[in-house]
This record gives sequence, structure tokens and C-alpha cells, in this order.
Amino acid sequence: MPYPLELLYTKEHEWIRVDEGIGTVGITDYAQKELGDIVFVELPKTSDHVTANEPFGTVESVKAVSEIYSPVTGDVIAVNTKLQNNPELLNTDPHGEAWLVRVRLSDPRETEKLMTAEDYEAFIREVKQR
Amino acid sequence: MATPAGIALKRTALNAVHKASGAKMVEFGGWEMPVEYSGITQEHLAVRQSAGLFDVSHMGEIEIRGPQALGLLQRVTCNDASRLQTGQAQYSALMYPQGSAVDDCVVYRLGQDDYFLCVNAANTDKDFDWIVRHNAVGADVENVSADYAQLAIQGPRAREILANVTDADAGGLRNYWACRARCCGVEGLLARTGYTGEDGFEFYFGPEESERVWNGLLETGKPLGLVPAGLGARNTLRLEAGFPLYGHELDEETTILEANLRWICKFEKGDFIGREALLEESRKGLRKKLVGLVMTDRGIARDGYPVLIGGEVAGRVTSGSPAPFLKKNIALAYMPPQSAEVGREVEVDVRGKKVPARVAPLPFYKRAKRDP
Repeated sequence: MPYPLELLYTKEHEWIRVDEGIGTVGITDYAQKELGDIVFVELPKTSDHVTANEPFGTVESVKAVSEIYSPVTGDVIAVNTKLQNNPELLNTDPHGEAWLVRVRLSDPRETEKLMTAEDYEAFIREVKQR
Repeated sequence: MATPAGIALKRTALNAVHKASGAKMVEFGGWEMPVEYSGITQEHLAVRQSAGLFDVSHMGEIEIRGPQALGLLQRVTCNDASRLQTGQAQYSALMYPQGSAVDDCVVYRLGQDDYFLCVNAANTDKDFDWIVRHNAVGADVENVSADYAQLAIQGPRAREILANVTDADAGGLRNYWACRARCCGVEGLLARTGYTGEDGFEFYFGPEESERVWNGLLETGKPLGLVPAGLGARNTLRLEAGFPLYGHELDEETTILEANLRWICKFEKGDFIGREALLEESRKGLRKKLVGLVMTDRGIARDGYPVLIGGEVAGRVTSGSPAPFLKKNIALAYMPPQSAEVGREVEVDVRGKKVPARVAPLPFYKRAKRDP
């Protein structure tokens, strides 16, 4: 699965798409493949505050629990409630339908530290070679 | 891939085959093993509904032979090996004096004075050293793990698939019996055993023939639904079947009575290591007891999570996972014996969140009896 050019990526394998100060956050295709069959997702509530590089939820596969780190700081304005009953969407459409939360960014400059699709693909190659 | 200490992991003869087929590899007991191929859920369901093929060549094998073999086995294991006829196998445990298990194992009797133990990969060296240390009677003990690959074919269609590639009467082989057999043209030991809660077979043979047997079985079985299955599905399958896993339900601190293994404890056979401690525990009562838990609200119990009664920590989860066939979140946990009755409502502390659960009868899953 190609990594969409319009997204920015973290080393913890989250993505964010920023549009007019609102960031949509998800986990990457690499993350879902590493986790395997995803069976459970725990997300913050609308109006919760999230902080860059800190965990804001968990994704669970059959075999493991994984924390999700926020790429940015801000307030949650929407949560993808579809995932509660259809967590497997994270396996089938991680960069699209299976977005996790929408966040109103406190500081749009935070995204300058994130990776582009090209950087992220290089990062993945490096991780796989370890 | 390397362990944190930088020690190279052992590889089975099928390592490259697994990687080429896209398997996800993980470290397990010092080995680099396939954890999943197509996905744990799919592999798990294939084993319950048709069949799965597992590379379990990491498992250890120890031979105990000679006129003193039975005497040594009776001393170091808790089950009664004298009851075994040639060709028969039994689930047993190597024992510590305090009544806990050095390891759990399957003991095969292959001849008059010829026994063969299948043990856990991570414990093989420890088991071998323990047996040798207690070999006062002078039996021949050999760690033959490097001489054997092991494949497990498990599931309701395993018998039918195997029958196509073996000269042995696969269907006629009784549960927990083994025979010399040729499978896919390779000589080995065929046993009607497994660790999934399904009917199935395990085949021990020379590692150099691994690809031939692996590919032969997959090819024959594919039209009948056979898929390669990894350690991930092996774990969820054994958990549904309520089987203990060493390092989780069994360890040096836990007696085999606490682990519900009274049925492999044959006090009447005479003395064995751990017998006295177990008899004393039987008289005094158990300190803890292994129970099944079913989560009754959203949340998955994982290994090590506390089990709460009235908000207080009462026990601990030793294995927990979603159960792909039962479609419930299940767990094994140690609880105080007075709080272990089926139906008791408890809570599991899931990373700070209290999730309700109920003590459930074990096993969680039991297959329907197969046709005679």
C-alpha cells in the first residue's frame, strides 16, 4: 500500500492530515501489518486534550496491545465511532475510512517535525533492516 | 534478528520457507519462529474448521533408554510411565521437589526400554540437565533435539489429509498413541497428539527432510482447506482448549495441583520428586487455583493483569486473548481457591480500567467426539 503524499507521519507509525488547523489522525499501513488482526480500539472522547508524542489511545490485535501516540497537541473535536464495532477497518483501510480522531491543533508549527511520505518510506526500510 | 542480548536466534530448517511465504517472524524461546502467515484469526478458524500445519521443530526431544530408563522416568516425572504400552504416549511433567514443574512434556514409549520426551524449546537444556542430575540409576539420557524436526497437522480434516501421504493407518491410530510411519516419503514417528484442542497428528523426522514433508502436506491438504499456521494461532487455540503454557500457567513457583494437573499426578505409583510437597499441599489445601475467565464487557485481559474482587487485587491473569472461534475475550488466571467457583463475578484491571469478567468452566472449548 503506498503512503499518501498528503499525509505526514511519525516514527510511532501514526499519520496526520492537516486541513485548516484541523488534523485527522490514524495509524499507518505498516502499523496495522505489524499488529495483525485488529480487534479492539480505545479512543479519547470529544473535547479531550491530546499532547504531541504522548499516548492518547490503544489499538489491540489478537496478540498485542499497542499505544497510539498523538502527532500533535490540541483538542479532540471528532472521534471515529465506526471503529468500535468495526475495528477490522484498521486492517483494510488504515489511511482512509479507519481514521481515529480529528484534533484542533494548538500549534500548527508542530507538524514541521513530522515526516513526509518519502521520509517515512525511507524510515520503514531502515526499520525493516534492523 | 537477534535477542536483546545479541545472541543469534536458532532457526528451524523451514526458516527460509516461512519467510518466503510472507510469514511474520518473532523470537520465541530462543528461536526465530513464524507467528502468523495469513493472520491469526484466519489460521485459528482453519484449524477449528478444516486443518492447519504448524512448524514446531523448535520443540526439544530427549531420549531415555536402557534397563534403568523406566526407573529414572518414574523418579523425575509425576505421571505413571509404567502404565505405557509400547507405542503409547502420556502427558506428564518433570518435577521440582517443591511440587512445581521443571517443564511439562509428552512421554512416548517407543520400545521395551526406550522412551522419548517432547519438551518445551526454551526449557530443553534445563530439562536435560535436570534429568541427568537425577540419573543415579545409570539410564542412557540423550538430548536429541537437533536430530528432529516436528510438524503438527491439526484440525477435523487432518486425518483425511494425512491419509493421502502416509503408509500408516492414520485413522486407526488412537489418541495419544504413536507409530513408525512414512509421510511424504520420509521416515519418522507419527503421533496422534497436539496442542490445539482438535484432532490431529505430530510427525517427528530428520530436519533435512523438512521441506519435503512441509510442501507435501500443504499441497495435498490445500484443496481440503489446510493452511500454514503460526505460533499466534497455536497460542489462541491452546488457550481456548484450556491447556497450560510453561512460563505462563506453569513455572517454578506454581505447583501442578494449582495448575489443575492433579490428573497427571500418580501418587500411588511410588516415590517421585515433588511427591511429598504435593501430598502435603493436598492435605493443607491449595494456595491458589487456575481458573478460566470470560470478559463480560469490552476489554481484553492480557498476561500479568490483576484480577480484582471488591476492588482489591485477588489474583492475576497468566494468559489472555480474544478467542477467535468462541468470539469472546478469555483468560486463564490464578485466584484464591475460595474465590474460584464458576460463575463468580470479578473485575480485571485492564491498564487502570476495571472490566467485569466471570469465572467460567474449563476448557472454554471442547471439540465434539470424533466418529469411531
